[in-house]
Amino acid sequence: MTAYDQLKIARHPKRLTSRNVIKQLFPDFLELHGDRQFKDDLSIIGGIASFKGHTVTIIAQEKGINTEDKIKHNFGMPHPEGYRKALRLMKQAEKFRRPIITFIDTPGAYPGVGAEARGQAQAIANNLKEMMGLKTPIIVVVLSEGGSGGALAIGVGDVVLMFEHAIYSVLSPEGFASILYKDASRAPEAAELMKITAKDLKALHIIDEIVKEGPGLHENQEIGLTQLSQQLEKQLEVLTKKPAKRLLMSRYEKFRNMGTVLERTSHESTN
Amino acid sequence: MNFLDVHKKQLEAATKKRMDLNLQTPVDIPEGVFVQCSNCQAALYEKVLKKNQHVCPVCQNHFRIDAKTRLEYTVDEGSFEAMFQNILSTNPLHMPGYEEKLIQAQKTTQINEAFVCGKASIVGYPCAIGILDSHFMMGSMGSVVGEKVTRLIEFATKENMPLIIFSASGGARMQEGILSLMQMAKTSAALKRHDDMGGLFISVMTHPTTGGVAASFASLGDYHIAEMSSLIGFAGPRVIKQTIREELPEGFQTAEFQQQSGQVDIVLHRQDIRKTLFQLLKFHQKVLYDSL
Repeated sequence: MTAYDQLKIARHPKRLTSRNVIKQLFPDFLELHGDRQFKDDLSIIGGIASFKGHTVTIIAQEKGINTEDKIKHNFGMPHPEGYRKALRLMKQAEKFRRPIITFIDTPGAYPGVGAEARGQAQAIANNLKEMMGLKTPIIVVVLSEGGSGGALAIGVGDVVLMFEHAIYSVLSPEGFASILYKDASRAPEAAELMKITAKDLKALHIIDEIVKEGPGLHENQEIGLTQLSQQLEKQLEVLTKKPAKRLLMSRYEKFRNMGTVLERTSHESTN
Repeated sequence: MNFLDVHKKQLEAATKKRMDLNLQTPVDIPEGVFVQCSNCQAALYEKVLKKNQHVCPVCQNHFRIDAKTRLEYTVDEGSFEAMFQNILSTNPLHMPGYEEKLIQAQKTTQINEAFVCGKASIVGYPCAIGILDSHFMMGSMGSVVGEKVTRLIEFATKENMPLIIFSASGGARMQEGILSLMQMAKTSAALKRHDDMGGLFISVMTHPTTGGVAASFASLGDYHIAEMSSLIGFAGPRVIKQTIREELPEGFQTAEFQQQSGQVDIVLHRQDIRKTLFQLLKFHQKVLYDSL
C-alpha cells in the first residue's frame, strides 16, 4: 500500500470521526463548552468521562459527518478559540489530577481573517508551551489526519498513539506538492517522500505505538476500537503511577530529542 | 593643459573644499553603487542606505537584511561571539535536491544554516541573541534551526541571561517534513523551562514571521517587538485568500495590524530597535526587594 493509498483511507468518508470513538469508548462522556473568552469552537470538542476506573479529560478534533455537520464543526479546522478551549479544559484536568486523552483529526488550523486577528499563531504556540508543563499524564491519539501545527497544538504528550492508516504531516501532500513542485497534482509523489504513515513515523520516533485497525476504520470499527481501548488502558496504568516530576522530565526529553542534525567536533567546524 | 587635467584639478579642489568643511568625515565620491527602493523606486546610494540601516530615507521602506547586518545594527561592535556553528543539516528524509539546495544557500549567504546565534552585549548589557536569516531558504525551521534555537534558549536559562531572538521565516522547512514540525514543540518546551526559571525572552518579529516559527517560539516572548510593516501571521495571505475567496483587508497581517489585534507590544522603526532593547534590558536589571 502506498502512502497515497493510506491518505485516501485516512480521509475516507466512511471513516469514523472522534465523536463516534468517544460515543463507543466513553459512554458517560460529559461535554463541556467554550473558551470563556470569545466563543465555543466546535471543531474541538472536550469534556470528562470515566474509563477503566480512571476519570479522564477528553479533547478531540471533530470534522463532522455530513455537509451540515461538517459546516458546524468547520471541517475540523480550529480557530484560536478552539485551542484556548482545549487549554482551558486541560488546565482543569491538571487541577483535578485527571489524565488527558487527545484525539487529532484535522487538515490544519483554519486560515482566515478572524483566526489571524484573534491570534492563531499565539494560540497554537501557547498550547505547545503549556502542554509541556501540565502535571498530569497526556495521551495523544492520531485518529485519521494530523495536519501541521493545527494538529500539534493538541499533540504534545507523554505517549503518542497513531492508528495504522492515519497520516501525520507538516502540511498536506497537496500543499507540499504545490509549494515544492508548483503542482498540487503531484501529491501522490509528495506523500511518498514526506514520510506521513504510522510505520514511517514510528521509525522516526515521532509516535510511540501503532494502533492496528485491520481492514481499516472505514470498514470495520471494532478491531481498531478494541485495540485502542487496550492500549489506552495499558498506557494509563503506567503513566498514572509516574510522579509528576518524572513525567515532565521524560515528556521534555521526548520532544527535545526530535530532529536529526550532524554535529561536527569543533576542530572540523568551518566559518 | 588638456581636458582631463583640468577636470582632475577641479576635482581635487572640490575634494579639498569638502575636507575643509567636514574634517571628520571626508565624503568619498560614491563608487556608483545605486540601489533602487523596491517600494518608491527612489535611487539610493548604498552608503546612504547603509547609514540609514537599510531603510529608504524617502519612503521608510525597510529593506530585508541578513543576519550579519542585523547584528551590526543591534549589538555592541565586536561583542558578538557565535555559538553552535558546528551543527549542520543532513537530509534525514532523503528528499531529492535538498543537499543541493543547502549547498546553494550556504554559498550565497556565507552562513551554514538559517539561524545565527551566540552571546553579545547591547550598550554593555550581556544577552543571548539569535537571528533567523530569511536569505537562507526563507529562514525556514528544520532540525538544525530548531536545535540551535533550543540550545540558545537552554544556554540563556543556564546562564540566567536575557534572551533575544529576531525572527524572519516562512515557517517549517518542507524538506524535513514532520521533523520540522516537531521543532515547534521542542523550542516551545525549552521556552517553558526558561519561563519557569524567571528568564527574560524578547521576541523581535521582522519581515516575514509566519507559519511554524510564528506559531512557536516567536509568539512566546515576555515582550513582542515587531519591525515596522513586517508581515506577521500564521497562515500566508495567499492561503487565506484561497480559503475565504475574498479580498483581504488593507494592511492585513502587518506589524501594525498585529499590534491593533493585541498580538504585539511595540511596533518599531529599525533605527529604534537597539535603543528599545537596551531600555528593556535596563528595566530588567536584577533588583532585590526585601519583601519579595
